[in-house]
Amino acid sequence: MTILKYEKKVLSENDRLAAEVRREMTDRGILCLNLVSSPGSGKTSLLERTLGALGKELRMGLIAGDVQTENDADRLRAAGGTMVRPIVTGGACHLDARMIIEALKKLSLDGLDLLFIENVGNLVCPSSYDLGEEMKVVLISTTEGDDKPLKYPGMFRRSSLMVVNKIDLLGHSEFQLARVKENARAINGDLETIELSCRTGEGARRWYDWLRQRVSHKRA
Amino acid sequence: MHELKIAESIVDSVSKEMERRGLKSLRAVGLRIGELTDIVPESLEFGFNAIVAATPMEGVRLEIERVPITGRCRDCGAEFAVRDFQFLCPTCEGRGVTTVGGNELEICYLEVDDPHSDKRISATA
Repeated sequence: MTILKYEKKVLSENDRLAAEVRREMTDRGILCLNLVSSPGSGKTSLLERTLGALGKELRMGLIAGDVQTENDADRLRAAGGTMVRPIVTGGACHLDARMIIEALKKLSLDGLDLLFIENVGNLVCPSSYDLGEEMKVVLISTTEGDDKPLKYPGMFRRSSLMVVNKIDLLGHSEFQLARVKENARAINGDLETIELSCRTGEGARRWYDWLRQRVSHKRA
Repeated sequence: MHELKIAESIVDSVSKEMERRGLKSLRAVGLRIGELTDIVPESLEFGFNAIVAATPMEGVRLEIERVPITGRCRDCGAEFAVRDFQFLCPTCEGRGVTTVGGNELEICYLEVDDPHSDKRISATA
């Protein structure tokens, strides 16, 4: 029996394609964000609200990933999104960099400030796949458990911002804001937090300011 | 169940490498998988076995080494084992911690029966 040395990253092909996406975004000065969460935390709602509030100020491209249906892409178009590409994975539980490259072929990047990638609702599988984003934004809502950062440490560790959605429902469940922040901080001391309600708009201004700041930083 | 896709990537890489080196009788594939990767080894083996069933790779074993999570404190530079996903420096209690181990998802070796067609042998068991 012989052991042959063979060192290779399992996802090296994905990483190579992700690096291509990242290079293109950097060359064009586009801020690319990968939105991840459980199903139902409010990724699409957050994007709808963002399109409504910042649609005239920032040019946004949106890639909406789902296992089935183009419903999310339809919602984003109805909210004013003009540069929207759906990705229907047909069963796959995550997006990968090849899907992003394919979607970008059908999306004009000219003049874009921001590219949102709405990942498949899943806090496990998407964490392994680099899509070429600048950073991951993880959403959690107050109707979920506030221990989610502890249950899904990989995703919370790899994210740069945590958006806590549905704060209008605080007090209607066991979810505690202080506890989710404490749990997130244990996993990732660098994680920023923004609390808001996509339904009422409360707290959304901080999200818009965060985006504006990141976009201008990316352009510079 | 993204382990199935991960298993596919492993089969692809290994098949290409076997062909490139002119190898035929693969026994096992050595992998290093970090504890921060969200990969369940049992699911990966299950997916791998399903993909290689009724192919020349049927019966090939995955030998998986789990890599524990190691952090490095950006304040005091201490390196430490991260337990229970608590990224807190035990020396200075700093929260700014860089992950230096635990993200691995790598193939590291191939175990084969017949090494004669290959000249790049690095170790013989």
